[in-house]
Amino acid sequence: MAEAESDLKQTVLADRHAAAGARFVPFAGYRMPIQYDPKRGGGIVEEHRWTRTQASLFDVSHMGIVDIVGADAGQALERLLPAALADQPLGSQRYSFLLNQTGGIIDDLMVTRLEDNLWRLVINAANRAADLAWLTRNLDPGVAVEPRDDLSLVALQGPAAGAVLAGIDPAVDALYFMQAGTATLAGTACALTRSGYTGEDGFELALPVDRAGAIADLLLADERVRWAGLGARDTLRLEAGLCLHGHDIGPEVTPVEAALTWAIPKRRRAGQDFIGAQPVYRQIQDGAAIRLVGLRPEGRAPVREETDLFDAAGADAGTVTSGSFSPMLEAPIALALVKADLAKPDMVLTARVRGRDIPCRVAPLPFVPHRYRRRTT
Amino acid sequence: MTALRFTEDHEWISVDGTAATVGITDYAQDKLGDIVFVELPEVGRVVAKGEAVCVVESVKAASDVYAVASGTVTEINGALEGEPALVNSAAETDGWFYKLELSNPDEVAALMDEDAYQAFVDGAEA
Repeated sequence: MAEAESDLKQTVLADRHAAAGARFVPFAGYRMPIQYDPKRGGGIVEEHRWTRTQASLFDVSHMGIVDIVGADAGQALERLLPAALADQPLGSQRYSFLLNQTGGIIDDLMVTRLEDNLWRLVINAANRAADLAWLTRNLDPGVAVEPRDDLSLVALQGPAAGAVLAGIDPAVDALYFMQAGTATLAGTACALTRSGYTGEDGFELALPVDRAGAIADLLLADERVRWAGLGARDTLRLEAGLCLHGHDIGPEVTPVEAALTWAIPKRRRAGQDFIGAQPVYRQIQDGAAIRLVGLRPEGRAPVREETDLFDAAGADAGTVTSGSFSPMLEAPIALALVKADLAKPDMVLTARVRGRDIPCRVAPLPFVPHRYRRRTT
Repeated sequence: MTALRFTEDHEWISVDGTAATVGITDYAQDKLGDIVFVELPEVGRVVAKGEAVCVVESVKAASDVYAVASGTVTEINGALEGEPALVNSAAETDGWFYKLELSNPDEVAALMDEDAYQAFVDGAEA
């Protein structure tokens, strides 16, 4: 996306990023840190490893926070999201998606029930305008769609995240994976969820914009916490086997094709009463022609997005949708949409990179085990 | 061994007679970020100045590296296969890419010296 530097928005934490030696890139209309100064513990690989061993703070304020408010808001939202919202417990969070009429994913999102009739969505930055238009168009006029531009969003992720935050407010100890609560940070009550996009334990914190700087400073004062940028966020989510909208999933890809059927509970499959339900239901019954899989390419060369894949006979097998290098496995990893009959563990496909054939083995996801704080463990 | 010479594409070359060693600059490695793979030319390959001869893969992206001068590749840095991060830690020394028998040593004389390259980099940053 070509964007003039001067047209870019920045988050309220921009000065702090610059002071930490951030390198900025244009992303979804924002000037965002991709990594921090390698001479001060930054760099994508170092930030990635720090997140897997300690805790990292990510500024994700470019993402959209949208509150859906009104009598029977949950029921109204069920027409747009294939999640079981009407019976979702207060203070719990679900992964879901907005689907179009053909079952394609307009956006994927997190939805949290904060009150009986107050639902909070966290949506992708690049889809913000499209999502807001879709929500407004498809929700009853009695249900309000309220973008929360008064909130900054940061993520504290890593095995030390729980201890760091509990040291500031012990109330967070009561939270498990995909639960929401509040914590008092630097004197300010903040809504948070125990979730994230790295595969690690951690939190996403909604901070009043005028308090975001002070709270970031408080978190970073703990020596276990360092900044991490969008570069590490991408390699972390890829190792965790988590989809990135606009790459692995999009309006042309259904949840069945993306192996996200687990996010559609039984009641919603049976009811078929959400937008896009019929094509999705048909694919659940009959199977889809393509499927998202993990790939482990041989050697060290990353196999990048849009690389074509071939089967043993040399026929088209599919396309890589995300490809990078795993700092934990010290090997290339990728996600790809491939023909369903090839989406089998240990199937070997061929990627053509700069005229050279690289064997790529279909591998289980996640590439690196999730370490969420689940109630059952 | 002469002092290093530099290109506008952020490669360096050091020359001893007609034998040259080539790599990318410290500035280049810093801009690329963590390097995870380097594709080197085959020994014996004849390269023409300006032609793409190596590919550097960082975590983020792949970048071509162009031939600094014309000649025949005589040796490649095998250490980069197991430890591509050498390019990050020692771009202008142990992180060299390949050695070249120059076919036209005059091409090197036209390249920037260290001061000129520093001024070029400072200009790019301004």
